[in-house]
Amino acid sequence: MKRLAYPLIAVSMLWLVACGPTPTAAPTEAPTPVPAAETPTAPPAGIPTGEVKTAVIGFTASQTGKYNVSSTRQVNGLKLWMDQVNAGGGIVLSDGTTIKFEAVSYDDESNKDRVQELYTRLATEDNADFLISPYSSGLTAAAAVIAEQYGKVMITTGAASDATYKEGYTLIFQAYTPASRYLTGAVDLLAHLDPQVKKIAFVYENTKFATSVVEAAKAYAEEKGYEIVLFEGYDAETTDFGPFINKILESGAEAILGGGHFQDGSTFARQIHEKQVAIKFFTLLVAPPEPDFADLGDAAVGVIGPSQWEPLAAFTPESAEEAGLEWFGPLGEEFVEAYQAAYNEEPSYHSIGGYAAGLILQKAIMDADSIDPMAIKEAMDKMDILTCYGHIKFDTSEEAHGLQIGHDMVYIQWQKDSAGNLVKQVVWPLEGATAEALYPKP
Amino acid sequence: MLIASLTDGLLLGFVYGIAAMGLSLIWGVMDVINLSHGPIIALGMFGIYLAFTGLGWNPYLSLLLVAAVGLLLGIMIYGAAVHRVINAPHLSTLLATFAVNMIIIGIGTAVFSTSPRNVDFSLGSFSLGSITLLWTRVAAALAAVLVTALLYLFLYRTRLGKSIRAVANNRAAAELMGIPASWVLAFSFGLGTMLAAISGGLIATFFPFTILAGGSYELKSFVICVLGGLGNPLGALIGGLILGGLEGIIPTFMETTWVPVLEFILFVIILLVKPSGLLGGET
Repeated sequence: MKRLAYPLIAVSMLWLVACGPTPTAAPTEAPTPVPAAETPTAPPAGIPTGEVKTAVIGFTASQTGKYNVSSTRQVNGLKLWMDQVNAGGGIVLSDGTTIKFEAVSYDDESNKDRVQELYTRLATEDNADFLISPYSSGLTAAAAVIAEQYGKVMITTGAASDATYKEGYTLIFQAYTPASRYLTGAVDLLAHLDPQVKKIAFVYENTKFATSVVEAAKAYAEEKGYEIVLFEGYDAETTDFGPFINKILESGAEAILGGGHFQDGSTFARQIHEKQVAIKFFTLLVAPPEPDFADLGDAAVGVIGPSQWEPLAAFTPESAEEAGLEWFGPLGEEFVEAYQAAYNEEPSYHSIGGYAAGLILQKAIMDADSIDPMAIKEAMDKMDILTCYGHIKFDTSEEAHGLQIGHDMVYIQWQKDSAGNLVKQVVWPLEGATAEALYPKP
Repeated sequence: MLIASLTDGLLLGFVYGIAAMGLSLIWGVMDVINLSHGPIIALGMFGIYLAFTGLGWNPYLSLLLVAAVGLLLGIMIYGAAVHRVINAPHLSTLLATFAVNMIIIGIGTAVFSTSPRNVDFSLGSFSLGSITLLWTRVAAALAAVLVTALLYLFLYRTRLGKSIRAVANNRAAAELMGIPASWVLAFSFGLGTMLAAISGGLIATFFPFTILAGGSYELKSFVICVLGGLGNPLGALIGGLILGGLEGIIPTFMETTWVPVLEFILFVIILLVKPSGLLGGET
């Protein structure tokens, strides 16, 4: 009997470790103040000299764990905005008060349990005036409960799931196009490229975000007459996509839609390529728009991904005027230039997501002429602007307060240029396309 | 689909078998369940990663280095954590190796973070009828067979190997015959961790990983050891093939998320019905 009990105890201990919280990696228990790049010693000429207030912006970053790549870029974008505003003298209110910003952040380790603990700390101990969401829908849902509970306005970025905005919250505002509209454009693109294709396989990460995206896309595809030959989720930690690839081959699917986040998406794309799966159309969430996706080499060619934004996107004051919207913030090329100068890399949509969260907050403070949370909330409810990131407008209904209703996706594809280098091209919508889609996928 | 899935599963099963063989060897020789097995698998992965990305070494050649380091690390772990409690009740050795597990994960997380890594190495693929096989997986399976053969030659054809078997059979009698049991135990522990590190290194050639990635392979190793018989290295390899085969076949008729559920149901059933394992003797 002892022999039987011994391995059972061992396995139970391992389960406890596997299911318990992720061990703390190089913990950043002490808040990490993010310094302004060039904080001026005196306000620029023309700005009234009044009281200077420092507004604390609290957020967590996934410095470790599976969201590290996307989260780091998101935080970089936010820091760039903050550095620029502080270096420009801050935001001056009508009573002469100057608002400057200081960031307080922690490493959430890509872990939901850590997020709740840390956002509580940000709201109570660090007295954050405003909160910015962590990266990913799952972590953001955990943070949103805390933000609403403590009456803090939180701008979410890197979080597309619709569900968070249908919980009755009033202080949570979404910068991203919601998940329900994330992959519907890919279905339209497929119909445009090849009306003969009828069989789609959905293989997706079993997370809040990816599930809500594919469920909406599946309903949309069925409405368009497509046959869904496979609809199956995979565990977030999956590294072997062999069983799914075999099922895709067996199902006779002509197109694959799905994915989840960067790591699983790039592994999936790599294994599809290694197994030489003859698929005509392959669209993945999140991973393809990331510049690091090009590290896959030939496995990246032909892979399509929805993107919240691309540097090629042409949003300008003129297009704002045409659309009858107010323009706010820098031009796209100015953002790209500043980001490259600061971080020596091309910005991804996660980068501008962080930057846009800052722009939205800046505009709301300017419109509200205050940093009072309720005044900010009212300004956000009324917001209808065009920025270098795109159109920003929030749902103000009780059913989905804070849901983004202004912003739209673009679809990119990795292609090879004449010199054989991998380049990202916008392939959908056609009005914003920079190249024809490579079809079928090589 | 069934044949393709089964082939994929069996190729993976060889590598699972190597991982389980390490656990099984330590269990069989010294009656210790090594809970630091998973992190050592992960260290094997990082060994290949560092040699490949940092030094540009071929992953298969790097395996020799990983194996040597794994052997030394195992001997060190034995001396530091296991030797003093080797004759204590089972729970003491379990906790001692669990402590080593937490230490390695803690240090590994601080050094490497929990961000995923990838050894960007490919040998291409080839087709057999409708089945496409990756050379990296075939190479891993061949390496696993080679390691098993070498282990058997070592255990049955060398003096030290025979000493290990003697200690496993009856430690007191082996000591009376002049076999230095402490050294043999330390070397056996090193051999077990070496096998874990090799399996991690092979897995790194086709799957991404983090410092926490060894945990799932450690759990699989337990199932395999129970399948193949605790303390039976050849049984571990066969158990690995059975588990790999199941992992290949199960997704063909149900969702892939059910695989671990069925694996652990099997684990409990075998413990209850035949605790010595399918290939073990009567208890």
